[in-house]
Amino acid sequence: MEFGFTIAAYAVAAVLFILSLGGLSGQESAKRAVWYGIVGMAIAVLATLIGPGQGLGIVSVVLIAMGAAVGYQLATKVQMTQMPELVAIMHSLVGLAAVFVGFNADIMINNMSSLFADNALMLGTPGAYAQLPDGIYEGLSSFGQLIAKKTGVEIGILRVELVLGIWIGAVTFTGSVIAYGKLAGRVNSSAAKLPGGHILNAAAAGLSLLLAIMYMNGAGSWTLVLLTLLALFIGYHLIMGIGGADMPVVVSMLNSYSGWAAAAIGFSLGNDLLIVVGALVGSSGAILSYIMCKAMNRSFVSVILGGFGGPAGEQMAVEGEQVAIDADGVATALNEADSVIIIPGYGMAVAQAQSAVADLVRKLRAKGKNVRFAIHPVAGRLPGHMNVLLAEAKVPYDIVMEMDEINDDFPSTDVAIVIGSNDIVNPAAQDDPNSPIAGMPVLECWKAKQVFVSKRGQGTGYSGIENPLFFKDNTRMFYGDAKASLDKLLPLID
Amino acid sequence: MKIGTPKETFEGENRVAMTPDSALQLQKLGHTCIIESGAGEKAGFADAAYKEAGVEIAKTAAALWKAADIVAKVRVPSEAEMKRLRSDQTLISFFSPVADEDKMKQAAEKGATVVAMEMIPRISRAQKMDALSSMANIAGYRAVIEAGNNFGRFFTGQITAAGKVPPAKVLVVGAGVAGLAAIGTSTSLGAITYAFDVRPEVAEQVESMGAEFVYLDFEEEQQDGSASGGYASVSSPEFREAQLAKFRELAPEVDIVITTALIPNREAPELWTEDMVKSMKPGSVIVDLAAEKGGNCKLTVPDQKIVTDNGVTIVGYTDFPSRMATQASTLYATNIRHLMTDLTPEKDGEVNHNMDDDVIRGATIAHAKEVTFPPPPPKVSAIAAAPKKEKAKELTAEEKKAKEIADFKLQTRNQVGLLAIGGGLLLAVGLVAPASFMQHFIVFILAVFIGFQVIWNVAHSLHTPLMAVTNAISSIIILGALIQIGSSSLLITLLAALAVFMASINIFGGFLVTRRMLAMFQKS
Repeated sequence: MEFGFTIAAYAVAAVLFILSLGGLSGQESAKRAVWYGIVGMAIAVLATLIGPGQGLGIVSVVLIAMGAAVGYQLATKVQMTQMPELVAIMHSLVGLAAVFVGFNADIMINNMSSLFADNALMLGTPGAYAQLPDGIYEGLSSFGQLIAKKTGVEIGILRVELVLGIWIGAVTFTGSVIAYGKLAGRVNSSAAKLPGGHILNAAAAGLSLLLAIMYMNGAGSWTLVLLTLLALFIGYHLIMGIGGADMPVVVSMLNSYSGWAAAAIGFSLGNDLLIVVGALVGSSGAILSYIMCKAMNRSFVSVILGGFGGPAGEQMAVEGEQVAIDADGVATALNEADSVIIIPGYGMAVAQAQSAVADLVRKLRAKGKNVRFAIHPVAGRLPGHMNVLLAEAKVPYDIVMEMDEINDDFPSTDVAIVIGSNDIVNPAAQDDPNSPIAGMPVLECWKAKQVFVSKRGQGTGYSGIENPLFFKDNTRMFYGDAKASLDKLLPLID
Repeated sequence: MKIGTPKETFEGENRVAMTPDSALQLQKLGHTCIIESGAGEKAGFADAAYKEAGVEIAKTAAALWKAADIVAKVRVPSEAEMKRLRSDQTLISFFSPVADEDKMKQAAEKGATVVAMEMIPRISRAQKMDALSSMANIAGYRAVIEAGNNFGRFFTGQITAAGKVPPAKVLVVGAGVAGLAAIGTSTSLGAITYAFDVRPEVAEQVESMGAEFVYLDFEEEQQDGSASGGYASVSSPEFREAQLAKFRELAPEVDIVITTALIPNREAPELWTEDMVKSMKPGSVIVDLAAEKGGNCKLTVPDQKIVTDNGVTIVGYTDFPSRMATQASTLYATNIRHLMTDLTPEKDGEVNHNMDDDVIRGATIAHAKEVTFPPPPPKVSAIAAAPKKEKAKELTAEEKKAKEIADFKLQTRNQVGLLAIGGGLLLAVGLVAPASFMQHFIVFILAVFIGFQVIWNVAHSLHTPLMAVTNAISSIIILGALIQIGSSSLLITLLAALAVFMASINIFGGFLVTRRMLAMFQKS
């Protein structure tokens, strides 16, 4: 049975998905774009349910409904600051689903070959399925029929594809779980490796390849199970070895993997829509990773290989001392300032301070001051993290600027406020060639007339790199939890 | 101490170094004041006004010089006055240490202290006593007024019932204090004003006053005025040539030329040559503020107004500030008063001539029987040296074109290279893979391609929603699970069911979260 109707529906869905991603180029069109995505997904699922997936239609619908309920709960309960964790954990689900589907394909191949053997036929012989006894072929599920019709070479390719799908899916699964753990603070976020480090990963990858070849040559399903276990280990160990500051890259990388896994499964199932969407998601994640890497001036390989490498030489000693200031001092400066630039970072997300920041901005703007936000591409733990938080707090997006748009404006700015960011405002990136972040583009907030840094304490923060900004003459440290500090500050702005 | 101001003996000098106002302020410092009878008359200050301010009136100059410990005056003392100068007396006056070297030596021999107002260093702290600037300001203003007085037309352009009046074109050469004052006055009168200076960094100041800066087509690095304390210095012959060529070009156009170019302690440079004067329109006016130092125009006759054969008026007055004596006296007296404030730090009427002070040391040219000129360089530089700007090399049209072509070629080569490699790989796969696989593979390649094209356009601020959306749609894997769920094998059904469940969590969670995020983005 061919489902011409299903294929047509898939084509519509594919176009809708492309439009959905393309629509994200602007805030306004994005709102429409999500609907394209939703409709595309609905068409795809419905077409499958009516067509090739009608086997256990009722069960499927019930399962989808259950999933919908859980998904709804997750999506409505989640705090905007927890968005990175949510995205990470959702990637793991896709990864795991890919593993399951891949295994199913393998089981089906085995079932088919035994079925054929029972009838004294060879799976993979062209036209063999026609010689099956009456009713057996028609009694097979659509996937079974698909396999039954394949030639030997096609079955071989099918195996390659499902190995790839399972392997990528498994890496995505454990990787995402660990990334979730790190982002949610349940796993220590610093880079940690088992003894042996990357040699262990390389060995596991090599072994996987060996197992894959063995599987291809008909060594049996145990090779596939072992391969999956190895992939799970690689996913775990790879992400454990990547420091918290690199999380934006990791999350987009996993995003990419989940897409490639879907595409690989699409090949094995002969489903073009899966291939198209998988490829879209895969390339999207890859581009995001690339953008993030570029924003941190790090190569993709060095991110994957984990942690910040050791400094190339002696780092510049930081001279001076950090001078603290209280809310009164900050309020006075803000009251006198004409132009203010706020640089939010992960600390703002952690302290849930975005609405306090937004209140501050509203107050300052009401007084006719020019208040803007400067967003570094890797601020936060997810690409665009800060934009989402500020949007949640109803900060108008036209005062939220990208680094390149605003970096030249710092010298003419009266006050720059750094809220919970560190490396992205570190002048050492420009001044100190031995700094681990040397060459990374940073927000040049120290060129503003005055800089206030809201920070919990004197520690060096996430990456453990000393920040000379805190010691500059025009910098004052506003210690304390970002939200508590801002709440103290707000009534003082008149 | 007793501060005295004699009547100026110089012919035509109307200013006076003390006004009733400044006398009151000086008395607050603990000093007493004395003035020669009639000294302020020409500047509009009567003896009675001084008396009211508590100033003693000396009948004669001799009496004044005798009585005063400190003599404050405007012009360099005459021979007669030098004779009256005595030991331990302080003289505050304009005093050029180069032109009046003999008098300086004479004063030093006598043991008198001489503070030359010209020598006040140009640093921020000393601006309040910078008499050169305050006088130059007046001169610049007055130069425009004198030019207007001798110019037969309006400054501003007008269209009237009686016909159209073109605006006057004014060129100001030298954008120092006098130049800037002239620019300001001229633009506010409505003339089209051009200005030139050898220091390109003043272009901004010129433009801020509303004039147009005349740039030279000159390659050599132009001088940085900050090295010479904010004053112009001598320029190279090549530069001078370029400058003169530019002026020659402008000469037939402009109606009024005001030259203010002076280099400290030097003859004024010749900037407006005879042939330029000849090429000017009849009725044009040249005001040479440098007349006293020889003039920027060689035809200038100091202290006189002449008209050339082709009807160009050249004003060579050297007494512009004196022509506005009341204003000039007020400002000059205030400069003197500020200087006295620095000399009397305790406000007890005792002068503390602190030779360690940059400003006092710089201005003192004779002290304790010694000539103290030239002073050591001040510790504070007048203007922060401008950071050397690395100018991007201007490409010629040909170079630009060549570069564009090279870029285009490089791009083409890269793209063709990538395409060739990609195509080669694709062909290699096609050699081994069966046709049914290749059909899917084409779809895959095209989808990756579309993905790359589309994602580059996604706004940075929407990267998080993008992740959520891609996350949701990557759950398309649910299709695979749906297809498999109807299998006869229980294990397959079970695994597929789990996959369906997980994927649907993702679909709903992903889309809902994206919608939540996007709903928050709003314009102000």
